[in-house]
Amino acid sequence: MNSDLIRLSAFEQAELVRSKRISATELLDAALTQTAESEKQIHAFITICEKESINKAREVDRKIAAGEPTGPLAGVPYSAKDMFCTRGIRTTGGSGILRGWIPPYNAAAVERMGSADAVLIGKTNCDEFGMGGTNESTAFMPCPRNPHDPERVAGGSSGGSAAAVAAYEGTVSLGTDTGGSIREPAAFCGVVGLKPTYGRVSRWGTIAFASSMDTVGPITRSVKDAALMMNVLAGFDARDNVTGRVPVPDFLSELKKDITGLRVGISPDFLNLTVLNDDGSPDDHPIDPEITDALMRAADILASAGAEVIWDVPMPNTKYSVPAYFVISRIEAYSNLQRYDGLKYGQRAGTHDGDMYDLFAESREAGFGHEVKLRILTGLFISRKEFYEKYYLRAQRARALIRSDYDRVFDPAGKYRLDLLLTPSTPLPAFRFDRNGTDPRLVRYADQFTAPMNFAGIPGISLPAGRTADGLPIGVQFVGNDYSEAILLRAAGVVEQALASQQEKV
Amino acid sequence: MSEYTAVIGLETHIQLNTRTKAFCSCKADSWNEPPNSSICPVCTGQPGALPSPNAEMIHKAVLLCLAVHAEVNQVSFFDRKNYLYADMPGGYQVTQNDQPIGLGGYLDVEMDNGRMVRVRIDNLHMEEDAGKTRNENGIRLIDFNRSGIPLVEMVTKPDLHSADEAAAYLIRLRRLIRWIGVSEGNMEKAQLRCDANVSVAPAGSGKPGRKCEIKNINSIDAVRKAIVSEIERQTRELEAGHEVEQWTIEWDNDARELRKMRSKENAVDYRFFREPNLMPVVLSQEQIEAWHEELPELPWVRKQRFITDYKLPVYDAGILTTERDLSDYFEETLNFYGGDPKRVSNWMMNEILRLVNESGTSASGLNIRPRDLAEIIQMVDSGTITAAVGKDLIDLVQQSGKAPSRIAAEKNLTVVSDEGIIRGICEKVVSSNPKEAEAFRAGKETLLGWFTGQVMRETKGKADAKLVGKILKSMLTGR
Repeated sequence: MNSDLIRLSAFEQAELVRSKRISATELLDAALTQTAESEKQIHAFITICEKESINKAREVDRKIAAGEPTGPLAGVPYSAKDMFCTRGIRTTGGSGILRGWIPPYNAAAVERMGSADAVLIGKTNCDEFGMGGTNESTAFMPCPRNPHDPERVAGGSSGGSAAAVAAYEGTVSLGTDTGGSIREPAAFCGVVGLKPTYGRVSRWGTIAFASSMDTVGPITRSVKDAALMMNVLAGFDARDNVTGRVPVPDFLSELKKDITGLRVGISPDFLNLTVLNDDGSPDDHPIDPEITDALMRAADILASAGAEVIWDVPMPNTKYSVPAYFVISRIEAYSNLQRYDGLKYGQRAGTHDGDMYDLFAESREAGFGHEVKLRILTGLFISRKEFYEKYYLRAQRARALIRSDYDRVFDPAGKYRLDLLLTPSTPLPAFRFDRNGTDPRLVRYADQFTAPMNFAGIPGISLPAGRTADGLPIGVQFVGNDYSEAILLRAAGVVEQALASQQEKV
Repeated sequence: MSEYTAVIGLETHIQLNTRTKAFCSCKADSWNEPPNSSICPVCTGQPGALPSPNAEMIHKAVLLCLAVHAEVNQVSFFDRKNYLYADMPGGYQVTQNDQPIGLGGYLDVEMDNGRMVRVRIDNLHMEEDAGKTRNENGIRLIDFNRSGIPLVEMVTKPDLHSADEAAAYLIRLRRLIRWIGVSEGNMEKAQLRCDANVSVAPAGSGKPGRKCEIKNINSIDAVRKAIVSEIERQTRELEAGHEVEQWTIEWDNDARELRKMRSKENAVDYRFFREPNLMPVVLSQEQIEAWHEELPELPWVRKQRFITDYKLPVYDAGILTTERDLSDYFEETLNFYGGDPKRVSNWMMNEILRLVNESGTSASGLNIRPRDLAEIIQMVDSGTITAAVGKDLIDLVQQSGKAPSRIAAEKNLTVVSDEGIIRGICEKVVSSNPKEAEAFRAGKETLLGWFTGQVMRETKGKADAKLVGKILKSMLTGR
């Protein structure tokens, strides 16, 4: 019974809780039992907040018993990446410098999940301050394992969230995505990950990495649950100045519409990994053929469901995304990380009676991990006044070029008039911790297909779309124009259903 | 010794008197609050906290831009100025770098001798204040109450040439910001602070010297002293045949001396870039025009109008326009009164300014309102009360808040003009002072004033002074 309960979707779980067929406490108990068992191998969590989760589940049960209205996620056990501030529950951002920090306030996304009556079971592991694609840069070891093969990475930076959802440790999770940090681990772990439009979901209370690209989104096991979570998360928030006063559709009812006539583009620039050599010359690098196959299958499904597939859509500036991302994310990151000085919160090192700057340096030396230090140093170096033109301005120009690729293909009066772009989520599936048998270039450029959307500010969803011969999940990505999450979810839902019924036939 | 000229530019930090801070909803004015009592995740740089811009800050910044004839940018941006300091909680200051809210403009400054100096403005930009650091027994204490208070930094072109001009500029600016209501402008509370860029070069050399920046000058007096000593220092260097090095200098207010902070080679690279968490500030032309309409008549314009329209002496007009509510008070009183403006001015300058000083409030905070003052002047004019009673009445209205006519009736302050009553009192005074009466009759006619005084004392100033004089005269001369 318990293992069946936890495998249900959030939508189904909330239905059962609301109709009193199960209690929130019962559901939570099942989730916590599974989590305790699974964590022995997966290590998805930094903190499990059992006490707080029991209190919340009891509150939901009391509301239901009293006939009070409950939210759309009534009793659904969920986890939040440790980048989300949780009042009274320690929050680390995966960093040693925040070890022991207990935030005085809740992130907006956590508030909204709570108002929807979801039950927070814990805080998931992540790369330190979201900086990484494998979760190996966390200060909280052991880092998450891929539930499909514990010798392989879960991806990152929301690796703990994706691994937890895949391993049924909670039903859904809150992630953050700055260059692919929701979509890449979702693809590696075989779950759904949605990076919304920049400004669609409030970032209030989310620890910053690179503020012009940071987004908050759902990681779930189904498209429907992603839509359900978007109903809860999306909307204007006066505390996050970049959120848009844009109408929020009912994502669940949008899922029911069909995709007849939808124009879906496929670009050769996403079927090849174009990397730049040191002299700036492009070098084409094939991606994993099993991923290309999965993408073609998804395209066929869409075509047979009435969508129009447009081939050969040029996205020529995609190749600049990794180097430009390197520059902009590091400059914003070093600035965002300056606040961690050991004075106000978190870890303080040193003798305390010496020079102020010594205290800063010692605290930061002891508190930050290797990857973060590397990025701070890089950020400081390339942001020097004399390099402003050479790096920052050029990267901003590349960013504008990348955005122009999308403006052109989504232009309703343009040549392509696309509703969606279908791309691989990653150029390779989850790789081994020891990197055996993996092309290091593919690892280095693992963000190539996800970072452009953070630059452009547009939404992308990674959907499980088959497996490799080794049984590893493959993700494909749907990308749309600003605030087009409903269309993304609808198309992803069509492919999800078709793949599920194909599997049943097998 | 050759002649040298100084060129000075000022950067003033003006704390806006908004209700809440620049980017959060904490109370901005926490001068009387205990340390770290007006703080939140935003203004203490907690992880995950985000800024949201205060509309009142933008409004007041624009008013200031318009008041100094600056061009208001319809699109301006917030940027990060990155540096590490204990009282800068985010590790960067949110400011406006290359596209600020206001560009250009000027402030005309009147010197003591009446000479006008036009000081051009380079730009005005919005930014957040830092917290305060205090060192106590070798311990560094940080108070974040001030962190996040909105500032406008107003940067002049190098149009000033002496410490006196710089001081006059600051006085003028302080008057302006208080007048248009965007800042309290109290330098003791650091609501107005100043950095000065000073460079000295041989007169007529045609090219400016190398400039030094003096930071943290927090009073008009300190501005004078700091600039004078910096001009002297640079002149000494030049006299000795040295080049002036580009320094940043701090004014130490306790030691009353300048202290070198850093040389140019140690200049801080702030690595400005756009603050990604804030959208550009976008203002429509209609909005800017509507705010322009709100701008009150400026003090120097009003002063001129008082001189021209009301024929007030320059001195009176100057005093009455030091503060906006004082001049409003004057004009309101004049409206109720309807008579000679100079007469209202006299009462204002003597009595109302005295009350303002005594009560420590502003004219608008007094209990006695312009309508009351007008009534009192009218009562004096019509002879209902004496001028002396009028002065007392002003205090009584201030104390009680009651209408002057009511107090006059209640306390029986109106002039005694009943001839019978006055004659009785005069008789008493004359008969009880026979020596003085004799002296008067012997020709010492100046004693009439003394007798009048005695009668007025008896009547507590209420007697009609003209009538008293007439009766006493006839009584003493026997005519």
